[in-house]
Amino acid sequence: MNESAVPLLELRDGSKSYGAVRALRHGNISLRPGEVRALVGENGAGKSTLVKVLGGVVRPDEGELLVDGQEASFHSPVDARKVGVAVIYQEPTLFPDLSVAENVVMGRHPRGALRRIDRGAMHEEVQGLLDRLGVRLSPESPVRGLSIADQQIVEIAKALSFDARILIMDEPTAALSGPEVERLFGVVHTLRDQGSAVLFISHRLDEVFAICNTVTVMRDGAVVHEAPIADTTPDDMVRRMVGRELSALFPKQAAQIGPPVLDVHRLTREGVFFDVSFQVRAGEIVALAGLVGAGRSEVARAIFGIDRADAGHVDVSGRRLPVGRPQAAMGAGIAFVPEDRRVQGLVMDLSIARNATLTRLRALTRLGLIRLGAENRLTREWADRLRLRFHRLEDPVGFLSGGNQQKVVLAKWLATEPKLLILDEPTRGIDVGTKSEVHGLMSELAGRGVAVLMISSELPEVLGMADRVLVMHEGRLTEELSRDDADEERVMRAATGVEAA
Amino acid sequence: MQAASSEGARAGAVAERVLRIRELGLVAALALLIVGTAILEPRFIEASSLRNLALNASILAILAVGQTLVIVTRNVDLSTGSVLGLSAFLAGDLLQGHPGMALPLVFLLGIALGAACGLFNGILVTWGQVPALVVTLGTLYAFRGLAFLWTDGRQVNAETLPDPFLNLGSDSIAGVPILVLIAIVIVLIVGQWLRDYRPGRELYAIGSNPEGARLAGLRADRRVLIAFVLAGALSGLGGVLFTARFGTVDATAGVGYELTVIAAAVVGGVAIFGGTGTVYGAALGALLLGTITSSLIVLRVEAFWQQAAIGALLLLAIALDRLLAVRVDARLRRRSARRAN
Repeated sequence: MNESAVPLLELRDGSKSYGAVRALRHGNISLRPGEVRALVGENGAGKSTLVKVLGGVVRPDEGELLVDGQEASFHSPVDARKVGVAVIYQEPTLFPDLSVAENVVMGRHPRGALRRIDRGAMHEEVQGLLDRLGVRLSPESPVRGLSIADQQIVEIAKALSFDARILIMDEPTAALSGPEVERLFGVVHTLRDQGSAVLFISHRLDEVFAICNTVTVMRDGAVVHEAPIADTTPDDMVRRMVGRELSALFPKQAAQIGPPVLDVHRLTREGVFFDVSFQVRAGEIVALAGLVGAGRSEVARAIFGIDRADAGHVDVSGRRLPVGRPQAAMGAGIAFVPEDRRVQGLVMDLSIARNATLTRLRALTRLGLIRLGAENRLTREWADRLRLRFHRLEDPVGFLSGGNQQKVVLAKWLATEPKLLILDEPTRGIDVGTKSEVHGLMSELAGRGVAVLMISSELPEVLGMADRVLVMHEGRLTEELSRDDADEERVMRAATGVEAA
Repeated sequence: MQAASSEGARAGAVAERVLRIRELGLVAALALLIVGTAILEPRFIEASSLRNLALNASILAILAVGQTLVIVTRNVDLSTGSVLGLSAFLAGDLLQGHPGMALPLVFLLGIALGAACGLFNGILVTWGQVPALVVTLGTLYAFRGLAFLWTDGRQVNAETLPDPFLNLGSDSIAGVPILVLIAIVIVLIVGQWLRDYRPGRELYAIGSNPEGARLAGLRADRRVLIAFVLAGALSGLGGVLFTARFGTVDATAGVGYELTVIAAAVVGGVAIFGGTGTVYGAALGALLLGTITSSLIVLRVEAFWQQAAIGALLLLAIALDRLLAVRVDARLRRRSARRAN
């Protein structure tokens, strides 16, 4: 990186308000050729707003935007793209009905005679990009049904296809497993060496230190710190992000382990997972580790009855669960916090209160009508216990930041007083502060005798929280480690299918 | 790498095959229906009867093509029958008043009237940000009301229309009715446009993920507007052809067509939530619906059962789609599992 070079893209003192809320102030950031800059901060710190300004999605109320040192203004994402800014958003923005190739070239299809789309050229071009990324994806396969990791790859291929000089990635690794992250880093390095600039947003500090050379820290809507990565430490960074010292990162307390609550016996779903058997006891936190696509979420979905298992059965407290009936699973005391809270966990347009009490509707209903007072009381109680940060309970839950949304999902399920809590990636995309609150909550629940099954792709979380670690590899349970035996190397070895030496 | 891409290509081929199965299924159903009816009532497959069948389906198919353009973008046009009515009466009225008027001009005016109606719908949907269902439900009544106001109880009769115009609705070129030729040409042109041209593909993208289309820099509003204008223009063309075919037109021409047209598109595999479907399928759907109606009339089935049969077909088509989707899903799942092992 050349520190004296003119920045490819720079924002000076940008600000943006939504109504009375100032989402961004003192927005100062610059991206030079060959720079890989980390943007870190808690959820709600204003990172997304800053990214939207740089990507031309929102226009700042104040501030100067400079491209190659020249003042510029973006009226739409197209303007940003024209000068070479590509943004990969947290939520993939793909067209599920169309092929991978069309998703990459949409709006810029290569054309042949009579302006007809040249499909041969299109597939060739996209195949070339996918090869460059080293992925096994066909340009012709439909996007519907691709894993989130593969969708992300398609997004990156899209950015590469118009020779982006400035690549902005909003938590690209949140949904990726180890090898996929490695592959992504390879792409980032290539771009850096070609003189592009990369803005990398992540909650995983180890990644930030692995690939970034500068860092910008945001807190409460403002940029509060900027430094070369070499001049900072993880502790320092976290302190600046939260503005306070964090208590122990993983507050797992010892809990009384009771009788088995969940007994999964030889569960199989054709083509997805095979012969999976394990138990979770009262007061125990069991982590299900493995790579993305190993079948962990699918096992959880089958236990809860969302997907039908083809063979095997699930017992809760000694009683057999009927196959494929989430209602029965709820009745038996299972609560399930799904992986994708925006799609599976929440009704984004409904209010916070309505979302938080969805599982308790029957108890809150009199003569078929919901008692609003009771609904608000119940929500307020949980909002207090989970330290939910909100404006009004009537606001749509979509207004909340990611961490607070997750708290609403938790409230919804905890209100059912479950015996078994299944958490699928409970802290993905959640800021450090909220993360430790969620961890504290898990620990507290286990202490009260709740059995917890946690799926997580973050090794520190797995190792820090779990009493027992189960590892899945390609649909099979390949390893079981006690808390004392589990370390990063052993878990990763089992997850990647490498035989123990 | 080589093996991987051939795997993926096969996944693409599966999806492609499903679409083809869909259209083949329609053809098979059509053949079954015609053969079955012919066995019970041989007169059904006489040349004149089949000709009538094709003529009736042609106008429906043209409207279904327009409807497909709109539905693909995750919108709907309920006003199509009313637009047809307006333009049908315009054509009749013009030719009644000026029998010597050049026919291309009549067609042009009919199409322009339809396009104007479509533009009105499109503007309300895009700039007005009103859901298409509401907008076109409103214009369904408004345009029909205009037709009543304009006709003022009058009727255009075949005797008062010039013969060259009426001949368009009945003559053939090389044994194929002109009306059918027009429908086929339109289906082919629009079909190619949707398949092989950027604006066509963008309509699918918009219907598949409207927010994604905006972020990809597509001018979604403009494309949706064009879809509505084209749908209106095709309804306008349908109106002129309606007059040429039937000769007698009053303010009620095309009442209820909108639902038949949407049914034809859905039976033809156009997903009502946008993003998928072809005009070929929609045209085949129109042909199938037209054939069923004719067949039930030939077999002297009561009117009520005719309606019920169309309803049953619609439900069958949707059930079939769902079943296929589940099967394909399961197959892709097994395949990806094999790839992993």
